[in-house]
Amino acid sequence: MRIKTHPILGEQSHKEEVSFSYNGKQMKGLEGEPIMVALRAAGVMVHRFTGKDHRPRGVFCAIGRCTDCVMVVDGKPNVRTCVTPLREGMKVQTQYGVSTGEKVG
Amino acid sequence: MKRYDLIVIGAGPAGLSAAAEAASHGLEVVVFDENEKPGGQLFKQIHKFFGSKEHKAKIRGFRIGEDLLRDAEEKGVRVVLDSVVCGLYQDREVLVQTGEKVVHYKADAVIVATGASENMVPFDGWTLPGVIGAGAAQTMMNLHGIKPGKKIVMLGSGNVGLVVSFQLLQAGCEVLAVVDASPRVGGYGVHAAKLARCGVPFHLSHTVIEASGEESVERVTIGQVDKNWQIVEGTEKTFDADTLCLAVGLSPMSQLLKMAGCEMKDTPLGFVPRCDSLGRTSIPGIFVAGDVSGIEEASAAMIEGRISGAAAAEYLGFLDTSLLDETLGRFEMALQSLREGMFAPGMRGKEIRETEEGIPVSTSLLEQGYLGDDELERFPGVVEQRDAVRPVIECTQNIPCNPCQDACKKGCISIGEKITSLPVVNSEGKCTACGMCVAACSGQAIFLVDESFESGYASVTLPYEFYPLPEAGDRGRALDRSGKEICDAEVVEIKSLKAFDSTNLLTMKVPLSYAGQARFFRR
Repeated sequence: MRIKTHPILGEQSHKEEVSFSYNGKQMKGLEGEPIMVALRAAGVMVHRFTGKDHRPRGVFCAIGRCTDCVMVVDGKPNVRTCVTPLREGMKVQTQYGVSTGEKVG
Repeated sequence: MKRYDLIVIGAGPAGLSAAAEAASHGLEVVVFDENEKPGGQLFKQIHKFFGSKEHKAKIRGFRIGEDLLRDAEEKGVRVVLDSVVCGLYQDREVLVQTGEKVVHYKADAVIVATGASENMVPFDGWTLPGVIGAGAAQTMMNLHGIKPGKKIVMLGSGNVGLVVSFQLLQAGCEVLAVVDASPRVGGYGVHAAKLARCGVPFHLSHTVIEASGEESVERVTIGQVDKNWQIVEGTEKTFDADTLCLAVGLSPMSQLLKMAGCEMKDTPLGFVPRCDSLGRTSIPGIFVAGDVSGIEEASAAMIEGRISGAAAAEYLGFLDTSLLDETLGRFEMALQSLREGMFAPGMRGKEIRETEEGIPVSTSLLEQGYLGDDELERFPGVVEQRDAVRPVIECTQNIPCNPCQDACKKGCISIGEKITSLPVVNSEGKCTACGMCVAACSGQAIFLVDESFESGYASVTLPYEFYPLPEAGDRGRALDRSGKEICDAEVVEIKSLKAFDSTNLLTMKVPLSYAGQARFFRR
């Protein structure tokens, strides 16, 4: 999914590779890119499930406005993954309602 | 409480221009922006801009952004990022949240340049992952280097939908269809034409019925709409798409102005503050610039920013009133020239049958996205000349743009004073096939055609902005304006000059009888 060379923008600028975990699974991404980008590169589309109806949600606006892409990051819920930079060792989890639990009260 | 002469809210094209202009008159200016990087949406715009030289035409949006940022910094503007302005109160008190901290600031003048946000349209499956805004697609591919998806359906044929669809092709995605409920293409015909010749089909008078899939988009179903915008039964079509991109308009983000108590009005351009031509709202000292006062585009926003910046300087006594008029005269003329032609703000929703020159417009361009073969010759960008190379300008709508005129040093192309006039090819001009006009045309609507190329063969030179770049000697097929393969073609030259700014010129050889139709090359 990553664009290696672009006819207008040329080569991607170099960024260090970092490791992070997604629902306990080890993944690689690029330092400082939005968490959402690393997830999309790995084919992850679902970021959370709604509390009441358990509907999947993912990135919609990609600029931190709509809050559809929020996840639990390092234990903190409601983190906008489209504007939060990826760091080494981050723990990223699917959000259910407002927590990491499958069951939401 | 920290005080400034001027606080600008939003570091996009309007805000940065306003800040730079005000600072150049000696004001102490700070700009707050919620994003990690300045520039608003400018750094996602990788296409060449329209307009004339003073509007930075034929320069790609992200380079305009770089220049603007440098200008603001050189003038001493302070840009504070990752900072959300969450309140605008009486006496120009501004509340700013940075991280967990909220800080109060005060200013003698405030310019609100918060821009706009994307509209949404509801349908079954509208919340599924894979349904994204067109702006999100631009952010992903042009800022973060990732494709939003592999197979994409675009809803909306305004300039945003058309430009983003083309950028998706450049990023290596497949665009399965451009869909619009309107019976006519909403954006510039030249933007539609460059998609159509790559084979992207237009489905006008159609809308999305459903996006479906297990946990993300796997299929998109569209259907034709009747006069009352109801789906016509039996017209449903389903695409195997993983992404549905929405480009269904923008709304001004005017909440702060309403909060401050500015008089507001509901207009076809959105819920906007009442303001005069200098961006002065009903509250003295509060100004607006850019899309927050009505949706246009970045070129207009940058000039509006300059105007509001100068007006704020005058309001605070940094700029003499007599000098203000002089400064404004220049900006207002530049703004006016952008607001003319078929796509001017005042023309929205009107059906146009003729160009300013009195030529019937192309209906095929409006209804299919490309010019009909029999429609072209009535336009002045096309001349009969079979014995030498010549530019063929497929620019048939009055849009504010004239770089082609400046690009040609041989007198082949003229537009005249009015930048919305259609380009005219003069047969007396001596075209040397330098290609500058082809690369300069922001709409990629200029081709060089040489029907004297070789016995039985013509050459067609076209703008090419895709990877991998074909090489001389490559054989493939020529496509016509609708994207249909029509004949064999051989690449005879690829020209990539620095002056072309990443637009490569591909020259292909086609059988003579196809010289008038062959407009794209596919290996």
